[in-house]
Amino acid sequence: MAMLQTEPAAAAAGTGGAIAVSVRNITKNYGDVEALKNLSLDFPRGQLTSLLGPSGCGKTTLLKIIAGLLEPTSGEVEVNGRPVRGPGPDRAFVFQDFALLPWANVLRNVAFGLELRGVARSEREAIAARYIREVGLAGFEKSYPHELSGGMRQRVGLARALAVDAEVLLMDEPFSAVDEQTRRKFQEDLLSLVKNENKTFIFVTHSIEEAVYVSDQIAILLPRPSRVSEIIRPRGLRQKDVANIRRDPEYLDIVDRIWASLKSYVE
Amino acid sequence: MPSRSLLLKLASAVIFFGAWEIAGRIPVSYAFPTFIESMEALGRMALDGTLVRAYAETLRPLAIGVAISALLGIAIGLWIGLTEWFDWLFSPIFVVMQAAPLAALIPLLVMVYGIGLTSKVFVVCIMAMPVIVLNTAGAVRNTPHSLKEMGRAFLGSRRDIILKIIIPSASPIIFSGLRLGISAGFIGAILAELKITPTGVGDIITFSRSIADYASMYSAIFSIIALAVIFLNLLEKLERTLFEGNVRGYASD
Repeated sequence: MAMLQTEPAAAAAGTGGAIAVSVRNITKNYGDVEALKNLSLDFPRGQLTSLLGPSGCGKTTLLKIIAGLLEPTSGEVEVNGRPVRGPGPDRAFVFQDFALLPWANVLRNVAFGLELRGVARSEREAIAARYIREVGLAGFEKSYPHELSGGMRQRVGLARALAVDAEVLLMDEPFSAVDEQTRRKFQEDLLSLVKNENKTFIFVTHSIEEAVYVSDQIAILLPRPSRVSEIIRPRGLRQKDVANIRRDPEYLDIVDRIWASLKSYVE
Repeated sequence: MPSRSLLLKLASAVIFFGAWEIAGRIPVSYAFPTFIESMEALGRMALDGTLVRAYAETLRPLAIGVAISALLGIAIGLWIGLTEWFDWLFSPIFVVMQAAPLAALIPLLVMVYGIGLTSKVFVVCIMAMPVIVLNTAGAVRNTPHSLKEMGRAFLGSRRDIILKIIIPSASPIIFSGLRLGISAGFIGAILAELKITPTGVGDIITFSRSIADYASMYSAIFSIIALAVIFLNLLEKLERTLFEGNVRGYASD
């Protein structure tokens, strides 16, 4: 365990510009139910942070609060030092169920974020076409969502989020609805995306292996009451070749350790 | 080579009209003409201008009523679907309207609005509007939550979300409401002409029955059904052009 470093939630903050998103003392109640209680967490710029935890721990709620889709009962979210008051151009969202428009083809779906921002048609379609190529869907511009496989649909959702060029990418269990092989390919692609795009990724998952595989920082959320129980930063995994990560001792250690701490919360 | 669906449509038409012809020849009833007799009567009335004059009369309340029902019905349906208190206020009216025995209400309408165009337009609207309103409201309320959330996440205004997400997403159900509503409107238009004052196509039906010219009577009924079918097909074409991807399936299948 020497390679692991665990820090209390509040002490994870770096200095100044190193933190892209900062969550301060967020509480969210649904009626009498406390979904989140006094939660604080920092998300380092240019890195991928996973929110990992059993179902009901509020990880998606937290992501939607960061997105500005949900209003916290109390507490603050700051993106680049500016408080979040609602959805903003600095954040883009990738949905678990893809949230594609079934009546629109791939090109329009990918360009939809830009369309809502009032970007002219020729310009937004040129940008969309570029990101469609980037996620490997060239040739499917005129296809409709129902003609694509689950994995391809999520690539459309990813391209749509990339096309608006937001600094922060919020991903809500993006790979949970695709098959295992596709998921592995996605995870590899995500690693190169984190490396090549200068963006901050916030990634919700319930898969321990997935979180350890793709993350620079893993925040483990526990329910009842919901809180960040620990933050794990794998040290040596990002330098490894993607093909070797899964048999790396550090990878295996972290997976075991997270399982040990989550086990008691699984019914 | 004609498509399979066209062949099937032709085959079902041949079977139906063949059965009609045979039933007319047996005959199942003295008052039931053969298909060929009816078509002859239809041709005769089309050529001597009877049919044109009749439709000029019938189409007026029908077109006005259907137009009002479609525009107002979709607008009210959207409103009901988007605001809760409006739903509470207006939904019951349309549910009652849909369930009301219209023929029994016609004397009341005549008492209030007379025997002219207004009453007939009302009958068409009462028949056509409820299903359009209720379908639209239901479809709007059932817009997938994640699509609306996506619109907000990508900075869509309320207006954008209604125009670019909620309405297209509701369009298959709205269109099915339109189809049902408009066919009910056709029924309403003829019902009005039979129950209020015999004019147009309703007049042909009433008059030819009274002189036992059953071929003309059935050809008039046939022509109104044919017109309704053609109109509904055009509506389907419009839907296909407007929302191509919708007609073929859904991303969440």
